[in-house]
Amino acid sequence: MNEPIFFRPADPAAQPAPLSPAYGSTMKRSPSLPPIKIPQTLTEITGPAGCWDALMGGAQADLTTQHAAAPQGQRIVVSGRVLDEDRRPVPNTVIEIWQANAAGRYIHAKDNWDAPIDPNFTGTGRAITDTEGRYRFVTVRPGAYPWGNHHNAWRPAHIHLSLLGPAFATRLVTQFYFPDDPLIELDPIANAIPLPYRQRLICRFDMATTEPHRALGYRFDVVLRGRGATPTVP
Amino acid sequence: MPDNLSPELFGQTPSQTVGPFFHYSLPWKGGADLVGQSGLGARPELFPPAHDRLTVNAPRGPVTGEIIEIAGRLFDGDGAPVPDALIEIWQANAAGRYASAADARDAVPLDPNFIGFGRAATAEDGSYCFRTIRPGRVPGPGNSLQAPHIAIGILGRGLLNRVVTRLYFAGADGNDEDPILALVPEARRATLLAVEDNGVWRFDIVLQGRAETVFFDF
Repeated sequence: MNEPIFFRPADPAAQPAPLSPAYGSTMKRSPSLPPIKIPQTLTEITGPAGCWDALMGGAQADLTTQHAAAPQGQRIVVSGRVLDEDRRPVPNTVIEIWQANAAGRYIHAKDNWDAPIDPNFTGTGRAITDTEGRYRFVTVRPGAYPWGNHHNAWRPAHIHLSLLGPAFATRLVTQFYFPDDPLIELDPIANAIPLPYRQRLICRFDMATTEPHRALGYRFDVVLRGRGATPTVP
Repeated sequence: MPDNLSPELFGQTPSQTVGPFFHYSLPWKGGADLVGQSGLGARPELFPPAHDRLTVNAPRGPVTGEIIEIAGRLFDGDGAPVPDALIEIWQANAAGRYASAADARDAVPLDPNFIGFGRAATAEDGSYCFRTIRPGRVPGPGNSLQAPHIAIGILGRGLLNRVVTRLYFAGADGNDEDPILALVPEARRATLLAVEDNGVWRFDIVLQGRAETVFFDF
């Protein structure tokens, strides 16, 4: 069978290997057999679109105004674009984020680190990209936090991202990190991505995004799998 | 050092694990109930009520098709339940049409009350449950017709990439000629077949080891 490629394959250089022993949780959870290659059928090339209000919900892009008062921490703006591998914008797609608070604590019953929770910060938001693929969040800079992976293990400050893109095939969940953080090169999760591709996960401080007397600005673009050869429709 | 915006480094954004703390953000109430009004799919007991910002969503009207329940458990390589994963499904409606601009077959009806995308957080015992409709058949490569199936994506701590599988219905018309099942070695096909038990389609997923579920790459 010579099947049309609707979306380009995952880039093996840039995507992590499932088994990454330094990240202990991969040891018993990563599949031991290679995935079976299948053609991209209607199932893989379709996906929900423009119906976010009926699924996870509409935009809630300011994480600093969800409670009675402002959260603790450094207020930041995070903005960027969602693109495909041909630099084409991915419009009207949902981008979900979640993160720890400024002290590095998640509002989650299983986060048992003793850093303070912030009653004014939940740490979840959603944005819908515009026609140019742009998104913008207002939040606070998350703190680093310890975890149990190895002795004296600390996660670098990061914000989790979840994107659907145009199809089941373009689903992406990732994390981005902040510039000049010495914990990144010590982090087994970030280091599951080899250099130089790991650097794609580090956002950029940007004065044009920074707002006077209000918030520091960072930019982070997301690049989803690109379109393949256009199939010939008989 | 280059960073996210360095032109020389432009390309696919690498995947990272969803981690264990997504419950106050990614699920929604009703995310696993594609046909009814329940809060299935979310685990609001994992964060304080004052921080419960999860959307409540349900179909706005009756969904066409045979309503089914899919239930199973997710296991790791030791056979231990996975209590902190997120399972997503994507499927066609009862007529075999995807609610997507990329499925432009106007002769096959859309169901205005059915999107076909769902999310469920696994419970402490690794269990999950979806209520949905049995999907119709959709075209496959060439002139083939796929058997009824549901695409499944699994995200979790310890999974640096999403893993993807498919649920088929044991005994369904078309399984014998399904172009995707045909690519799976016969000895492993059973891992993709949900089996009906007292009205519930049972579908366990094993991430690793003995009876490891078949995962796909496309």
